[in-house]
Amino acid sequence: MTISVADVHRIAHLARIEIDASEADEVRAKLDAIFAMINELAAIDTVGVVPMAHAQDVSLPLREDRVTEADRRALYQADAPAVEDGLYLVPKVIE
Amino acid sequence: MIAASIAELAQALRAKRLSSVELTRGLLERIERYNATLNAFVTIDPQRALADARAADAVLARGDGGPLTGIAIAHKDVLVTAGMRSTCASRMLENYVSPFDAHVVAGLRAAGTVLVGKTNMDEFAMGSSSETSYFGPVRNPWNPGCVPGGSSGGSAAAIAARLVPAATGTDTGGSIRQPAALSGICGLKPTYGVCSRYGLIAFASSLDTPGPFAQTAEDCALLLNAMAGHDPRDSTSLERPREDYTRALGATLEGLRIGLPREYFGDGIDSDVAAAIAAALAEFRKLGAKTIDIALPNVKLSVPVYYVIAPAEASSNLSRFDGVRYGHRAAKYGDLADMYRKSRAEGFGAEVKRRILVGTYVLSHGYYDAYYLKAQQVRRLIADDFVRAFAQCDVIMGPTTPTAAFALGAKTGDPVQMYLNDIFTIAANLTGAPALSIPCGFDRNGLPVGLQIQGRAFDEATVLKVAHRFQQATDWHRRRPAEFAP
Repeated sequence: MTISVADVHRIAHLARIEIDASEADEVRAKLDAIFAMINELAAIDTVGVVPMAHAQDVSLPLREDRVTEADRRALYQADAPAVEDGLYLVPKVIE
Repeated sequence: MIAASIAELAQALRAKRLSSVELTRGLLERIERYNATLNAFVTIDPQRALADARAADAVLARGDGGPLTGIAIAHKDVLVTAGMRSTCASRMLENYVSPFDAHVVAGLRAAGTVLVGKTNMDEFAMGSSSETSYFGPVRNPWNPGCVPGGSSGGSAAAIAARLVPAATGTDTGGSIRQPAALSGICGLKPTYGVCSRYGLIAFASSLDTPGPFAQTAEDCALLLNAMAGHDPRDSTSLERPREDYTRALGATLEGLRIGLPREYFGDGIDSDVAAAIAAALAEFRKLGAKTIDIALPNVKLSVPVYYVIAPAEASSNLSRFDGVRYGHRAAKYGDLADMYRKSRAEGFGAEVKRRILVGTYVLSHGYYDAYYLKAQQVRRLIADDFVRAFAQCDVIMGPTTPTAAFALGAKTGDPVQMYLNDIFTIAANLTGAPALSIPCGFDRNGLPVGLQIQGRAFDEATVLKVAHRFQQATDWHRRRPAEFAP
């Protein structure tokens, strides 16, 4: 299996990363080499092997459903590129 | 004195032979002098460091404080620090100031350490050479034409050049141990779940592990004491009784069984690296340990497994960088989708984008089973190899890396060659078990060689004991690069 330029554009769209036509070829070639290495896995017999999602076999802890955090909106928004009246500003989405 | 280990500095501080302000000032002068060459730090805050040092001296004057009180330290820039920017060595976070401290940062602060600054690294911790940083590459103090390893290369270089006695790192596929090896210092990746990931800017959440760097194993134990502990803010942080990681340092190695996987001693190992490892193993036998041949038949698959799992998790984690709540936003854009695309294209470097794209691909419709699920199954096969191996031995040893440090630029054009540098380190991230790299010799070019000591899950105390006994019998950990002599 090889990665095509169309694949590059498809996944770049899914990842919301702009890749212009001049970059696409080089990106494709590097991804192709990476997938050639990854594709070694296809030959390994894993029938009946339980997938290992995590290093420790522990279940996620539960906590009481109540608010524990204080309101620190102003502090958090200090890092935002654009805010107004406590809201994050983005380009108009709804006409 | 300024180049001494934490344990030695702590004694001097408590005996009032040295103040934390004197130590901090001396180290800041060294950082000022050498950082232009090494590029180990991305942020240095002398004012804050000296304020921390004065506070530590006040504690010491009262006869209080612990072994880390007044010790200068640097944090890898992937760990967030309130009031000091945390860039992840990315344009995306060039001016990001976290509203809170990472758990391990807070733990080390509570232990009385003095924060001098943040260290350079591969962008978003994705790399093995510290060359992908937005702030330029880190250089190896043993030869500034070589890389220090990565991704925590700034922390490793800073300690190797004796700019700080201690630093933090994070290890997702070898990012503590590999730079420790290439820079000739000690670096410990603790068991997954022992140190909270709270405030570690996430790369691959099922693998990311914070850990300490220092000159000695004893120092790593002292640092881990302050970094470990349950944290409900990280859902994978484990609730375990607190332990003292220095407790076994004095114990004997008599009867210790060292497993030597044949896969770690095959083709592709530089002959000088192999010779240094063989000499270290001979030393361990003199100390009473015995060596046993073992097999890890699936360990060679660590690299492909890792390059499915880590990018998959990264593509999800890094989706938070959208130019809305924090981070870089493009100056010019059309609609909202265009703002995302342009902000991310400008904010991320080439390697980060590559991994996001690989991860997006393996998780995309129709490919999940073939890649992600398959990789998780092979991860299980690799973990099972280690379960069988640890039934026969107490620790596993081998080279941390196949070669010593390589030249800047030597592998930047070929991602797969770069990835293969982590061939011996990735497995410990997949299994979650602890692993340490310590210096054990030099190659023909005078570059350090690292010995990796892997232990059973939660058996840091044994791994540290084994390294400490070796360091009491040898002096590799005391060698320093002449060019940066204090």
